[in-house]
Amino acid sequence: MALLRGAISKVRKGLARTREALTGGVGGLRNFLAGRSIDDDLLRELEARLIQADVGVKTASRLVTDLRGEWKAGRVDTGDQATDRLKSQLADLWPARDRSITFAQSGPTVILVAGVNGAGKTTSIAKLASLLTNQGKSVILAACDTYRAGAVRQLEIWSERIGVQIVKGAQGGDPAAVAFDACEAALARNADILIIDTAGRLHTQDPLMRQLTKIRDITTRKIDGAPHEVILVLDATTGQNAVNQALKFTEAIDVTGLFLTKLDGTSKGGVVVAVHDQTSIPVKFIGVGETPEDVEPFDPAVFVEALLGSEDDQPAA
Amino acid sequence: MFERLSDGFSSALKKLSGRGSISESNVREAMEDVRTALLEADVEYATVNEFCETIVERALGQDVTKSIKPGQEMIGIVHQALIDLMQQGAEDHPGVPKITPAPTIVMMCGLQGTGKTTTCGKLAAYLKKRGRSVMIVAADLQRPAAVDQLKTVAEQVNADMPGGSQVHFYGEPDKCAEYGKAVGIAVKVCQNALKAAREKGVDTLIIDTAGRLHINNELMKELSSIKKTIRPHQTLLVVDAMTGQDAVNSARTFHQQLAVDGVILSKFDSDTRGGAALTVKKVTGAPILFVGTGEKLDAMEEFHAERVAGRILGMGDVVSLVEKAQDEVSEEEAERMAEKMAKGELTLEDFLSQMKSLRRMGPMKQLMGMIPGVGSALKDVDIDDKQLDRIEGMVKSMTAEERKDVKVMNQSRRRRVARGAGVNVNEVSKLTKQFDMMSKMTRQMSGMGIKGKLGAMRDMQGAAGGGMGAMGGTQGMPGMATRRSTKTASPKRKFKKRK
Repeated sequence: MALLRGAISKVRKGLARTREALTGGVGGLRNFLAGRSIDDDLLRELEARLIQADVGVKTASRLVTDLRGEWKAGRVDTGDQATDRLKSQLADLWPARDRSITFAQSGPTVILVAGVNGAGKTTSIAKLASLLTNQGKSVILAACDTYRAGAVRQLEIWSERIGVQIVKGAQGGDPAAVAFDACEAALARNADILIIDTAGRLHTQDPLMRQLTKIRDITTRKIDGAPHEVILVLDATTGQNAVNQALKFTEAIDVTGLFLTKLDGTSKGGVVVAVHDQTSIPVKFIGVGETPEDVEPFDPAVFVEALLGSEDDQPAA
Repeated sequence: MFERLSDGFSSALKKLSGRGSISESNVREAMEDVRTALLEADVEYATVNEFCETIVERALGQDVTKSIKPGQEMIGIVHQALIDLMQQGAEDHPGVPKITPAPTIVMMCGLQGTGKTTTCGKLAAYLKKRGRSVMIVAADLQRPAAVDQLKTVAEQVNADMPGGSQVHFYGEPDKCAEYGKAVGIAVKVCQNALKAAREKGVDTLIIDTAGRLHINNELMKELSSIKKTIRPHQTLLVVDAMTGQDAVNSARTFHQQLAVDGVILSKFDSDTRGGAALTVKKVTGAPILFVGTGEKLDAMEEFHAERVAGRILGMGDVVSLVEKAQDEVSEEEAERMAEKMAKGELTLEDFLSQMKSLRRMGPMKQLMGMIPGVGSALKDVDIDDKQLDRIEGMVKSMTAEERKDVKVMNQSRRRRVARGAGVNVNEVSKLTKQFDMMSKMTRQMSGMGIKGKLGAMRDMQGAAGGGMGAMGGTQGMPGMATRRSTKTASPKRKFKKRK
């Protein structure tokens, strides 16, 4: 229980901004709604706040329309009831599914990591590597971002800091070849986990997306069942374009989970609601800071709780 | 990137443009769609409301409801309002000022991952092309290997980008270790760089700073102190064009702390609906100077509100197209080609080089979208850039003799080329036939008046018929296979027609 509380408070810290945005100040949505009875103004205001949190026009209007229906039917008429209703609506977007990492039955588990430029792939990989190392797994990193200047070096520095092995190629080399070598290394050294870093690419660049598919296919050929996880790194400050990113990357490499980064800013992170509403990919991790320890498994209950705020969060936070 | 946004606008405005007369409630109704389109495009909530109010006010003020063509007039009003929103007065592109005594100091700032380092390189390339010597300084001591990255970028610009002047790099990688333990390290590096820039006599110094969250007070203070100490002449904020509603918060904070002079929108080549462009200008009051349009170091364009507004409304952007063409093809080259064409001496070799320069200008669809009226028509057309790849492959598989004169291509040669290029023999035959026909036409046309030319064009299109296949396309342009995803009659429909 204490562990859970710790997790909640950490996510809350990151989401405090989201909460403020949703409420227009300290105190949580619940405080905004508390003691008020529902009317059209309140519903309109609610919709505006959801949109401002990047939840998306469609999703926001669906949530509010539902609430309006409940209100007209006489099932909801106070702000508190509305909060509960909204919370359950949001939580329903994330069906109970396995949000933990899928590991290989035997042999190395391959985790392919991709995303648009500047989403935070390399830092997120450092976080994943640190998390898995702490769980006692042996991790190898594959530096397949041979395009961006300094990318290999950046991952190398992280690997030294965390104390994991790294397989790298030359700047400008073929990333698929690095992936090939990395798979061989993972097999030869009997590693538990192989995490593959790829160059950032806009999902609209077809040739680069095909290159990504090629990297994926190479791992499949080398290691049975690989890649076991395909993680798309999403920047939480991204707007509705995140949905396109999720769709296009899934088309290319069958994304199995999302890593939502930069939740420690003022970004509302509400975009995960939009993404979840339109794809069925679970969010697996969230990044809430710049050190390798600033990673949390995604827990919808905690996320929604933190997003909406509740009575007990003021003293605890 | 504005395609989706323009779709929303188009449907809203279509509602109005078809009507002979419209009422105030028609206007408001259409604005509701515009509002949704803007919100879905990630334009900030308050900005959207204000924008829509402006439109309605102006529309009613000008009494569009009584106008003969209310739809046209509404488009005009929306167009102008978009320009106002993005530009507000600054008609001339200010660019990067040239200060004497040198160097002009430009400071870059922004959130993590917006593309500051790449943008520094692009700005350096932009200035180099204009004959200005540049020094880039790595003041990002936080992100691992950021100094290495900038150094490589600077070297690439210096070696590969056009222009005669030098691009220097200044960095103190050993200071990274001290960073975070002592205050003012980044400031010190900037001071040293300024000294070096003066010694070298460069005329512009670009400072790359570490990405930071605008709520991180310590790092924001660092930026302020760099600004206070170094006194840059221009402070540029790099904003990711895909940013959502939060663009308001970060832009506002950066502006409050640093008094931003200009904005560079990065990742403008994505399919984001581009709300950030509309928001940032309003929040900061600073103009958007450049947009990043690709991964290459020369992929940065000047931002022109008028053109972008036109693109949003599907009005095309001929000016940008011509500029792109001028960047790629020199005038002499174009004249030489025209002459060759007139004499009917155009070879496949020339054709290939022309195709290459065309492709350097960007994806076909993006280029075609800049032609007025074509943008919306192209929405469902899938232009296959791969077709061009195949043609390139075929031409490259030919011998010099074959490229000079396609007539020598007999069946055996065609088979060989098909094997070499990994295509079907039919495709090679098609290419040679079409090219032969094209050179005949151009020869004929060069000797004709305008009327004859038009006639010949018609003949060509007629002759082409379905057989033109790879070259057919809507424009009758070689290598442009087009596929109408929605309009191609399905076999079923064709069957029905026949009945």
